[in-house]
Amino acid sequence: MTAQASPDGVPDDARSVVLARVRAALAGSTGGGTGPSFDHAAPGAPPDAGPFAAGDALPGAPAGPGYLTADDEWETGTTGEALLALLTDRVVDYRATVTRARTAEVPAQLVRLLAGAGRVVVPAGLDPDWVDALRSAGTTVLVDGPDAPLTLADLDSAGAVVTGSRLAVAETGTIVLDGSPDQGRRAVSLVPDHHVCVVRGADVVRGLPAAMARLDVTRPLTWISGPSATSDIELSRVEGVHGPRRLEVVLVVDDDAPGQR
Amino acid sequence: MSALRRPVALGMPGRRADVGHAPGGPALAGGASSPLRGEETFPRAAKRELAKPQLRANLAHATSTIRAKRAAVVGEVPDWEALRDAGAAMKAEAMQRLPELLEELERAVTARGGVVHWARDADEANAIVADLVRATGAREVVKVKSMATQEIGLNEYLDEAGIEALETDLAELIVQLAGDTPSHILVPAIHRSRTEIREIFLEHMAGVDPELTDEPRLLAMAARAYLRERFLRAEVAVSGANFAIAETGTLAVVESEGNGRMCLTLPRTLITVMGIEKVLPRAQDLEVYLQLLPRSSTGERMNPYTSMWTGVTPGDGPQEFHLVLLDNGRTAALADEVGRAALHCIRCSACLNVCPVYERTGGHAYGSVYPGPIGAILTPLLTGAVDHDDPNSSLPYASTLCGACYDVCPVKIDIPSILVHLRTRGVDAGRGGVPAPEAVAMKAAGVVMGSPTAFRAAEAASRAVRVLARDGAVSRLPWPGSLWTASRDLPAPPKEPFRAWWARERGASAAEGGK
Ligand code: SF4
Repeated sequence: MTAQASPDGVPDDARSVVLARVRAALAGSTGGGTGPSFDHAAPGAPPDAGPFAAGDALPGAPAGPGYLTADDEWETGTTGEALLALLTDRVVDYRATVTRARTAEVPAQLVRLLAGAGRVVVPAGLDPDWVDALRSAGTTVLVDGPDAPLTLADLDSAGAVVTGSRLAVAETGTIVLDGSPDQGRRAVSLVPDHHVCVVRGADVVRGLPAAMARLDVTRPLTWISGPSATSDIELSRVEGVHGPRRLEVVLVVDDDAPGQR
Repeated sequence: MSALRRPVALGMPGRRADVGHAPGGPALAGGASSPLRGEETFPRAAKRELAKPQLRANLAHATSTIRAKRAAVVGEVPDWEALRDAGAAMKAEAMQRLPELLEELERAVTARGGVVHWARDADEANAIVADLVRATGAREVVKVKSMATQEIGLNEYLDEAGIEALETDLAELIVQLAGDTPSHILVPAIHRSRTEIREIFLEHMAGVDPELTDEPRLLAMAARAYLRERFLRAEVAVSGANFAIAETGTLAVVESEGNGRMCLTLPRTLITVMGIEKVLPRAQDLEVYLQLLPRSSTGERMNPYTSMWTGVTPGDGPQEFHLVLLDNGRTAALADEVGRAALHCIRCSACLNVCPVYERTGGHAYGSVYPGPIGAILTPLLTGAVDHDDPNSSLPYASTLCGACYDVCPVKIDIPSILVHLRTRGVDAGRGGVPAPEAVAMKAAGVVMGSPTAFRAAEAASRAVRVLARDGAVSRLPWPGSLWTASRDLPAPPKEPFRAWWARERGASAAEGGK
């Protein structure tokens, strides 16, 4: 957008005016439009937690910005079965289901979960063994890929979709999709009414900070915590509005590496 | 039960009749008929709303439900207070660095294929959106719930431009179908019970099953069926944003129903209208806000869906993306060093749900799309209301200063202090003219309470006032007391004042001793 100048030479396009107003609003105050950055890696408490300035290490204080981070024992000390059980508990609390499978059992598990689902959408990058198993079981599989995207009508006519996932957050029962080839574009996991989502045990973290450390936010991200729901009627949660009304999670755990990180 | 049985101390002494409002300066938001300004002062509007028993029952039920849920999920977070501190600190940083962050955001969004627009006020933002929609050739848009677009009255503007804007959030849809106005920032139809929602659907929702019951699951299902085809054919969507990340150009929308995902994913063109205060420096900041917001808002560990997108992703989602950065009074709020913190608000609505005033009056009494404690500070800051004739200048008095809002606010906005600051701002602006009735009243009280004889006489007078009381409250005193009761109910004076009771119970000598 190019700046136009008013007769007196001061730019009066909206961009210049808004930025000038922001600068003027801050001009009188301490800092005046510049200021210290919050440091997520700083030792000690957060800047306004007390009389200590940002960056001052409090004697005996845990490292970090004051809240629990990816490096804290709370995160790193929760592993294996405890971590997977936490995830399961939280996902089930949203009225989604969780079933476990070893890697070799995933194809059979998918066939079982999708029996009677009708046509099933899969992203082009999904494990070919899984797709073959579904086809062998007589399921019509619709493949969505960058070169041959399905139409919205195709997606709407499908009974279910199977995707992989980027990671899962145990504490909140959240699964994150990032559009990788095994997860597909966003519409794929949205339009069909039944979403079967495969989560690898190694991709489970406990909290949000550990999740953010692993994610690239410039990829299109979808954070999913249970089936679609609303709290709009008397502020009580009801499952099943516009997104998939059924969410089934397949948690892949092999004996040699339960919840390995 | 009478809605007026309990006296409600609304705090603001009345002055003159409500007659319009002072025109705002150039950087302020909200004209005479703005979604940021009602037609009457809070005390008047509150009195009307308080007389609706169904409304109060609906609100009491909904707010008590959500308070319990919030308390449970906040209680299980071991570092909640540290998260609040971090959330407050990062917002303060963002405000302090706002010019550079906005420019950085603009660069990042542009680099990823988005187009950034700037809007000084509501009119400018509306015109930008309408032009963008027209350019696509579409006559209808689907919308994700957004406070920014409500604040600027976008739907009404588009309607006049011949473009239909369809709200897709369940509560927004209920409000839109009923021709109603929102009364809560998270659940705009919180003032409606399931029975009322069923009636609205039966009357206004084309093709609805006439056998529809008031079971919430079936009501949600009816909305799904009604909107499905509209989502699938939509070419343009309009959204707001909960967060924007300067370093990457990423936008985030936090929602529940999946209508957000539909709007953000299926149409070819996406237009996002966002207040300039929503920008955050770093992606990592989200690890704090995504813990604070859902627990404070719907009382869930995490909301069902959060979408993040950065510009345009080839082959995935909208292939045309516009970001409209909106001022509309925000820079005026920013210029107020005390009030500035109101811009930290992440619109969780926790302060509404705990507010004893909001719980009784509901959102409509505030006259603005931002009701409750945050609205009582944000609305006057955005519109610059200091004139007594402006209904918005009554909003800072819509509080008992109990502090519950501050305790629950996930970004620790000290709402009570800002309320007091804005009251002072209003009183200072009123200096120099005719003495305000509250000043006269306080002087008079000083004289009476300073003299036992005068106090006894006043007690006798107060007994006379009892004859005016209805349901334990006095709504209308004769002049000059009418100046006081115009804006608040006066509790009926007790049958027997304390001094008389003491004299009767403890004998005349004790009464004399208490002189
Ligand atoms: S002021 Fe605080 S509590 Fe109120 S809506 Fe905003 S963030 Fe939530």
